[in-house]
Amino acid sequence: MFFLLDPFFYEIVISGLLAGVMYALVALGFVLIFKASGIFNFSQGVLALFAALTLVGFQTGQIPFAHLLSLFGFHVTHWGAGFPTVIAILFSLFVMIGLAWLIVQIVLKPLVNQEGIILFMATIGLAYVLEGVGDLMWGANVKMLDVGLPKGPSEFILDTTDMFIDKLEISAAVVAIILVVVLTLFSAYTKMGRALRAVADDHQAALSVGISLETIWWIVWSVSGIVALVAGVMWGAKSGVQFSLSLIALKALPVLMLGGFTSIPGAIIGGLMIGLGEKLFEFYIGPMIGGATENWFAYMLALLFLLFRPQGLFGEKIIERV
Amino acid sequence: MFYREAGDFKTSYKSDQETFPLKLDKILFWLTIAVAAFIVPLFLTEYWEKAIFLPFFIYALAAIGLNILTGYCGQVSLGTGGFMAVGAYASYKLMTGFPAMDMFIVIMIAGLVTACVGILFGLPSLRIKGFYLAVATLASQFFLVWLFNKWEWTYNYSATGQINSPERDFLGVIVTGPYTKPWATYLFCLGFLFLFAWIARNLTRGRIGRSWMAIRDMDIAAEIIGVNPLVAKMSAFAISSFFVGVAGALYFAVWLGAAEPTEAFSIDQSFDILFMIIIGGLGSILGSLIGAAFIVLLPVLFKNVFVGILGIPTDIAEFSQIILVGALIVFFLIKEPHGIVAYWRTLKGKLRLWPFPY
Amino acid sequence: MNDVNQKMPIMESQERTFGAPILEIKNITMRFGGVVAIQDISFDILQGEVRAIIGPNGAGKSSMLNVINGFYHPQEGEIWFGGEKRSPMKPYQIAYQGIARTFQNIALFRGMSTLDNIMTGRFTHMKTGVLSQVIWRGAAEKEEYENREIVEKVIDFLDIQTIRKTEVGKLPYGLQKRVELGRALAAEPKLLLLDEPMAGMNVEEKEDMSRFILDVNDEFGTTVALIEHDMGVVMDIADRVVVMDYGKKIGDDTPENILKNQDVIDAYLGVAHD
Repeated sequence: MFFLLDPFFYEIVISGLLAGVMYALVALGFVLIFKASGIFNFSQGVLALFAALTLVGFQTGQIPFAHLLSLFGFHVTHWGAGFPTVIAILFSLFVMIGLAWLIVQIVLKPLVNQEGIILFMATIGLAYVLEGVGDLMWGANVKMLDVGLPKGPSEFILDTTDMFIDKLEISAAVVAIILVVVLTLFSAYTKMGRALRAVADDHQAALSVGISLETIWWIVWSVSGIVALVAGVMWGAKSGVQFSLSLIALKALPVLMLGGFTSIPGAIIGGLMIGLGEKLFEFYIGPMIGGATENWFAYMLALLFLLFRPQGLFGEKIIERV
Repeated sequence: MFYREAGDFKTSYKSDQETFPLKLDKILFWLTIAVAAFIVPLFLTEYWEKAIFLPFFIYALAAIGLNILTGYCGQVSLGTGGFMAVGAYASYKLMTGFPAMDMFIVIMIAGLVTACVGILFGLPSLRIKGFYLAVATLASQFFLVWLFNKWEWTYNYSATGQINSPERDFLGVIVTGPYTKPWATYLFCLGFLFLFAWIARNLTRGRIGRSWMAIRDMDIAAEIIGVNPLVAKMSAFAISSFFVGVAGALYFAVWLGAAEPTEAFSIDQSFDILFMIIIGGLGSILGSLIGAAFIVLLPVLFKNVFVGILGIPTDIAEFSQIILVGALIVFFLIKEPHGIVAYWRTLKGKLRLWPFPY
Repeated sequence: MNDVNQKMPIMESQERTFGAPILEIKNITMRFGGVVAIQDISFDILQGEVRAIIGPNGAGKSSMLNVINGFYHPQEGEIWFGGEKRSPMKPYQIAYQGIARTFQNIALFRGMSTLDNIMTGRFTHMKTGVLSQVIWRGAAEKEEYENREIVEKVIDFLDIQTIRKTEVGKLPYGLQKRVELGRALAAEPKLLLLDEPMAGMNVEEKEDMSRFILDVNDEFGTTVALIEHDMGVVMDIADRVVVMDYGKKIGDDTPENILKNQDVIDAYLGVAHD
């Protein structure tokens, strides 16, 4: 049991938990959409990437589609000045809300009665489209994202406990917890939240009591888009805004497996478990088998979990009636 | 007028179940095969071999494999890239371990190995369904790629981690390595595609195929009529993986000649093949071929026309391609979930009646 | 219940004789969590008879069929089939024993044609292995056409030749129900379970379906158990009736006697029907 005395162990634990929080941020977006529309939105990660790209674009005063426009002789890439961060964030929010509306009109409405697997594959297609459009609009090079969040190791913690913990990750944890609390309360106690849950349960019934599916979907995808923006900002501030951000979405899937697809708190707990599990496994077992186990550990863990509990820790049990 | 069905009555069950019930269809099919087998090789250049035909044959084979699993049996898999890797590395070990072994045997054994791995990773499908299963297959995808990166035995302890295909032959004709003749590799891969397409046709038209489709459409009802879900699902995984493994072995040994796991067998590969069967047509062998042709030829088209002729920069062409593929996926899922092959069938239906409107 | 004789004169002064019990339900109790769906029920089904299971909605009738089928495993009780006690089995194994079934909400394979659907009914009778099927010519092909012939007979019997190649998802409800019956018949079952085969049908369709069921019972000697709400149909075609209410058996007799059973009348037949 020596490892419990090793302060490094705790650093790993905390680092793992914080990484898990980052995963959870992406997973939250998934849960929202799934709760309200039964759709497994594969493009959530790309949405985060797109949101982050848009934010950086506004901040640095980029002209959208500049590269494409250069084909027609228009060679300017920047306006000359960017928007202040707060305005840029606001504009990005509007963009995400507008994007949500487009997605509802073009993709969701036509597919309204299809089974989950069709919708899932449609979101894969959507992910590709968004990726391409994001690249065309803002360029595919890596961008640095800075929204004024504190960065660097926390001196306070470093001095008192000798542990190296990034302030950025702490901010991310705080933000994530706030988000989860807000969303959980919203879903459980507000009229809109109830409407969302009604829609998730039964489209037809919800329609028959006067809930407009289109509006609900738009709201949900907008909220998801905002969550994606938050996730994109956090991830982007940490490691730069680049394509690999969308791969994080894939990592969010095991998070959902553990936490259940319909539970908001489950997303956090699942994220924490995955983040912690990954780091611990890589640190202790990784060296014995060559390392880089973080590429697959989360999925294996999720797979094992699914075998014993197909609905995740907090999800609703799937009962099939004949 | 030409494409007529009236008067073409079937008088036996055998003729009713034929692959090509219309005589004209049958003639056209064999004509195409004859041209493909005898005429094309005479004029084949290395460019056409390496850029068009080999990738088409190989991806078509992989697409048929995935279609068996996903289109016919309804088990969504995102692990196709990983399974192609299994086929590739198995063939590598066989080629390097048994230099005298004929390539046909190498490829078939590689397929067999992949089938076994497929069964192993297919076991979760007994408990998990739908897109939960799709996500579980990601586990196999990422794990396998990692495995072939880290487990040095698989690449013979080479320092670069890359595997290279040594020169080997099929019945005396060299089909792998740097000194192959285009017609040799072309016919070798075409032969595999033809053989496996035939096998796929036979399996899907009979009892096994029906058991797969029953599981796909309603697994509870399938049990009622006596289908053992374990046998049906595992057979789908095994046979599908066999196909994909063979494709992976050809992909590495005959086409690319060298491979490295993260690039050649990535998750993008898995998605590409999934897109092929969605666009081409789920549950259809012809659809797999059409989809493969589409996805293989699209970048070639973009490169030659948009970049070459219109002078559009490569990165814009690349982004546009990504957007186009994604948009087509969404389009097909909305408008025609049965893929291009459904349009093809409608077209043929209209042709049968032409020039009469009804 | 145990004193039911083998020979029972019923409708149209025809004497119908039945064989030994093909299915015996003994003291079956089925619980789902706290809910008791079936409570200590026992009855039998005689070889060659047409047995109706009736009762108000929620009485546990479909659950009973699910137990017979092997979908649900009862916590207590025994099932005897063909004179032998049945050990816990999976539904697909029960199919091989010779029990076939239709469903209340139609469980056809929507992506397949009528012909293919009914062909799936022959699944338990087809034996060729994978290797034969890979090659197709020879054993697999021969078996396919032999079974196709039987399926065509079923198609003729049910008069659905014109929709042979149509995808079943596109068929109207009444025809779908007929195709589903065809799939069950193709299995040449010893015991045919029908879950509300007349649901949603008009008078003509009901007459057709009744005729099919009686013909099957008559020509092939197939034992039939059906869940049915229409008492008119039950009176016409059933030899004996089991009545369930809230998971319990409240009646087990011929249709005429059931009509006179006060418990049954109280529970169920107070409603006017067509």
